[in-house]
Amino acid sequence: MESLTFEYQGGRPLASAPPATLVGVVSSGNLEVLVEPTDLGGACRIEVLTAAVGFGAIWQAVLDDFFDRHRIADVRISINDVGATPAVVSLRLDQALEALTGGQP
Amino acid sequence: MRHSYYEDSARERLLGLLDEGSFREILPPTERVVSPHLRQLDTPAAFDDGIIVGKGTLDGHSVLVAAQEGGFMGGAVGEVHGAKLTGLLERALDERPAAVLLLVESGGVRLHEANAGLIAVSEVMRAVLAVRAAGVPVIVLNGGQYGCFGGMGIVSRLCDAIVMSEEGRLGLSGPEVIETTHGVEEFDSRDRALVWRTVGGKHRYLLGEATVLVDDDLAAFRAAALSLIGSTPDLGLEAMEAEHARLGERLRRFGDCRDALDVWERLGIAEPERLPILDTETFLATVSDKRA
Amino acid sequence: MDAKTLLERLFPGGCDVAFDDVYFSGTGQCNNTDVAVLGTVDNTPIGIELAYRMAGEVLDVVRNHPGRPILLLVDTQGQRLSHRDELLGINGYMAHLAKCIDLARRNGHRILGLVYSHAVSGGFLASSMLADTCYALPDAEIRVMNLPAMARVTKIPLERLTELSTASPVFAPGVGNYLRMGAIEALWEGDLADCLAKALAAPVAGDRRRAFGEERQGRLLARPVADRVRHDAV
Repeated sequence: MESLTFEYQGGRPLASAPPATLVGVVSSGNLEVLVEPTDLGGACRIEVLTAAVGFGAIWQAVLDDFFDRHRIADVRISINDVGATPAVVSLRLDQALEALTGGQP
Repeated sequence: MRHSYYEDSARERLLGLLDEGSFREILPPTERVVSPHLRQLDTPAAFDDGIIVGKGTLDGHSVLVAAQEGGFMGGAVGEVHGAKLTGLLERALDERPAAVLLLVESGGVRLHEANAGLIAVSEVMRAVLAVRAAGVPVIVLNGGQYGCFGGMGIVSRLCDAIVMSEEGRLGLSGPEVIETTHGVEEFDSRDRALVWRTVGGKHRYLLGEATVLVDDDLAAFRAAALSLIGSTPDLGLEAMEAEHARLGERLRRFGDCRDALDVWERLGIAEPERLPILDTETFLATVSDKRA
Repeated sequence: MDAKTLLERLFPGGCDVAFDDVYFSGTGQCNNTDVAVLGTVDNTPIGIELAYRMAGEVLDVVRNHPGRPILLLVDTQGQRLSHRDELLGINGYMAHLAKCIDLARRNGHRILGLVYSHAVSGGFLASSMLADTCYALPDAEIRVMNLPAMARVTKIPLERLTELSTASPVFAPGVGNYLRMGAIEALWEGDLADCLAKALAAPVAGDRRRAFGEERQGRLLARPVADRVRHDAV
């Protein structure tokens, strides 16, 4: 198992502070994503615990892309991953954010 | 429009089953009560340890609910998972809801935490029995793709009623385990038709193991659960002796049957081989007065 | 220890127990109290017939001997693995046995379990684990699955499981582990009749296994997690 943490600055806080949301399932090729609005001094923190070891660079790329598209602040994202592909990871992250904000930016 | 129970995750099932906006999760994922044992074994953990517990309403009736996520470790019961379920059942002793709904989906005891899992299942069993004795019905919903086996198969039959879809499976030992131990002649686990004839919803309904058979549709599960709230079962000696007689009769009538088809034939069903292909409505009409 | 020797040591004053193939039942005398005895021998698998028979015995005691304590002496390798048992609903027969034992408890019968030889998985779940209190002999065997089979199914190397099991009681076979995790109250040694007498006299206080597991540091989360789910405000 590998533990990775990523932090992003310069995002915008969510319009409101909705309750935390969880999407996905910790099954093979899948992941669960827990998104919690929380005061991080403007940062977006993403913590990944993954069964697939050695893919740090790919996580960096996927999460950079995610932050580029959403640019959120004061959100903590926690991931339990079992070897999901980058496409599935991106999908779950988008789903999680959508569920959190109810589609609102 | 049909909303498949089978395809849904445990969370989706719960949210779709209960009155909109009524669900409040107890010990939610944000509490991060994960299994320490999986970490030790370098195995991924889930924030809810594979079971969601909480409260909500069903058509306005207050219910306590649990839903097992089969996708995580086959829904198998570990220390935390089992404790969440036991705690929920014991909460029912305090809160006296209209019912406890158990959306089961489990392979039984989680081997990675085998002893903790076995003891946890036993504690769940004691808790279910205590809740029933207190007059609160415990209703099982079973229609997920991972089925319900092992200790949870026993737990299910301790409850007041079981709602199953045709897709659901209910048993004790999984077909694969039987095949690995005794060979493919004993049980060909890859023969899907054989598996579903043996442990699937339709057979369980015919045998009297499942109370209600519904379509693979969340609304149908909801309606069935609703119809079972308010049942107060008789747990006394006479009732147990009557059940004992029924189970003895089952051994006498079907003890030498080689296959479910033999059982269905003896139940007086004209074309037993057609039962698996009938849709739920037609199936129920066909077997209406023939259940064991 | 074989069942006949066990019965002699439990009931030195005498007992009236009949053996029928792998099944035995009857009555033993402990301090002038009749104790119903019910059990199995030969590390037997429990299938639908045996579960049904044991349930019938329990119902008999409830019907004919109000208040009589019941001692479960089940020696089992677990549930019987067969297509036929699954077809006819073995989980239902196990549950029925469990319900009958619980009926006895609710009707005021003390239920004691003593693992004297083997206790495995489903067979254990549907019998001794339903006792008010379960005890074991020191050389009894209790398990879910042996380590090599567990390694095959979980795909975790056997060496890793073996290594971890020296420090953790969580998954490996062993009476000591079940003692530590709270499922076994105590081991019985020496004067078994005395152990039985003391157990019969001990108060009944619900399912205390989580509390024991925590005290004995074998199961640290079960008690607090269950308590939180029971009491946390939502």
